[in-house]
Amino acid sequence: MFRRTAFAALAAVAALALAGCGDDTPAASSPSNSTSALSGTVNVFAAASLTGTFTQLGKDFEAAHSGVKVTFNFAGSSALAQQINSGAPADVFASAAPKNMDDVTDKGTPTNFVKNTLEIAVPKGNPGKITGIKDFADKDKKIAICAAQVPCGAAAAKVFTAVGITPQPDSLEQDVKAALTKVSLGEVDAALVYKTDVLSAKDKVEGIEFPESSKAVNEYPIATLTKAPNPDGAKAFVDYVLSDKGKAVLTAAGFDAP
Amino acid sequence: MSRRSRSTSGRLPLVLLLPALLGLAFLLVPLVGLLIKAPWSTLPGRLFSADVWQALRLSLVCATAATVLCLLLGVPLAWLLARGGLPGRSVIRAFVTVPLVLPPVVGGVALLLVLGRRGLVGQHLDTWFGISLPFTTAGVIVAEAFVAMPFLVISVEGALRAADPRYEEAAATLGAGRWLTFRRVTLPSIAPGVVAGTVLCWARALGEFGATITFAGNFPGRTTTMPLAVYLALETDPDVAVVLSLVLLLVSVVVLASLRERWIGGLR
Repeated sequence: MFRRTAFAALAAVAALALAGCGDDTPAASSPSNSTSALSGTVNVFAAASLTGTFTQLGKDFEAAHSGVKVTFNFAGSSALAQQINSGAPADVFASAAPKNMDDVTDKGTPTNFVKNTLEIAVPKGNPGKITGIKDFADKDKKIAICAAQVPCGAAAAKVFTAVGITPQPDSLEQDVKAALTKVSLGEVDAALVYKTDVLSAKDKVEGIEFPESSKAVNEYPIATLTKAPNPDGAKAFVDYVLSDKGKAVLTAAGFDAP
Repeated sequence: MSRRSRSTSGRLPLVLLLPALLGLAFLLVPLVGLLIKAPWSTLPGRLFSADVWQALRLSLVCATAATVLCLLLGVPLAWLLARGGLPGRSVIRAFVTVPLVLPPVVGGVALLLVLGRRGLVGQHLDTWFGISLPFTTAGVIVAEAFVAMPFLVISVEGALRAADPRYEEAAATLGAGRWLTFRRVTLPSIAPGVVAGTVLCWARALGEFGATITFAGNFPGRTTTMPLAVYLALETDPDVAVVLSLVLLLVSVVVLASLRERWIGGLR
């Protein structure tokens, strides 16, 4: 029985793949075709900035594939890369930076699936009267940016070089969410975070866009891992993220298409 | 001393020996791992870089200042708990020990909500005196003291409870005032407990990470203590993180070992 369903599913996937030749749509973008072949748990290691969207995608994916469970490990991309290289049982890795994806030794073929752009976050009402990126060089304003070691800090550094200013931060935060927290509590006048972070805290912070943000766009790659305990589930989940439904969830949260 | 310890270990049931050794290995092997993984060939160069020295110096200064703050506030608090005859003392003691079990990040958030620029107390400090604690070295000291003070209070309170109150009564009948009695009789009799608590408090302050990075942020030379430097180094250069960890480990072990031997070991 199982073999027959598995064969049927394989045939369906093969047929779809053939039909999909010369077309950008991933094979499993219509989930109903592979439902019966999937089982078990899919362990997804994803960058902390994907927490909201991937939790949503996981629920949708489980709803589309009964019998499959998606579990997430959200953390900084470099920490996740280290865990995977140390043998953590991961099926899928979604990184906030290509560098961290490159660090993983047993990755499949990564695909860039979204982009994230920096934006200035200020507390509601903009008490520090921040007008643009140049205010980050003002000693009298309280400013938080990410430390240069973490991806958002590296992106911030690119922006400051492009604008030609030396920032005067009061704190170099260890991740983007920590920088966002300092803004939403009103402890700093401004922080440089991602557009998605501003949207996620929109009742407490306001976003100010600036043209130079295009100089430091962050690409997010996703890949199935070659040592995945559940390779079929891994592939189906990645396909789901790349599908139109997945894209809709991601763009609604402020991510841009790659 | 050594004769006594041998006689007690002789009476140790063998059933306990195996788990005891496993426990010891569990605590020591990670530290050995640090030693093995350390990049010994490039270690001196990394060790004597300005950044490491800056972070280490800041760590030592802040931990010491936090410990002084804890002594000034914690010893009287311990006295109040042990001798004050407070109503609801067990509840108060529970609250005093909460920072011990609270995730340090939660402690940092709580401090921000009270002492931050928009905090309950912090907003008045800011508008009236122009004092703002987050992102300052003083903020680091406050965060470390918040997390470390329970260690001191518990140690000192335990010592106070174990001390014989009759000496204080005798001093009082001889005409000594309360303050004089506390300084000349109570304090010397609990000195070992105070030293033990001070050492623990200092060591805890030195290793503090969560509350510090949440409340005081991270800026080199001002708020970047060793634990923060270790965490950030892990993001880019794990070798540097190992080196920094080794330094922190060495400092902690040297201080804990030397002070314990000299003060507590001798007095007990």
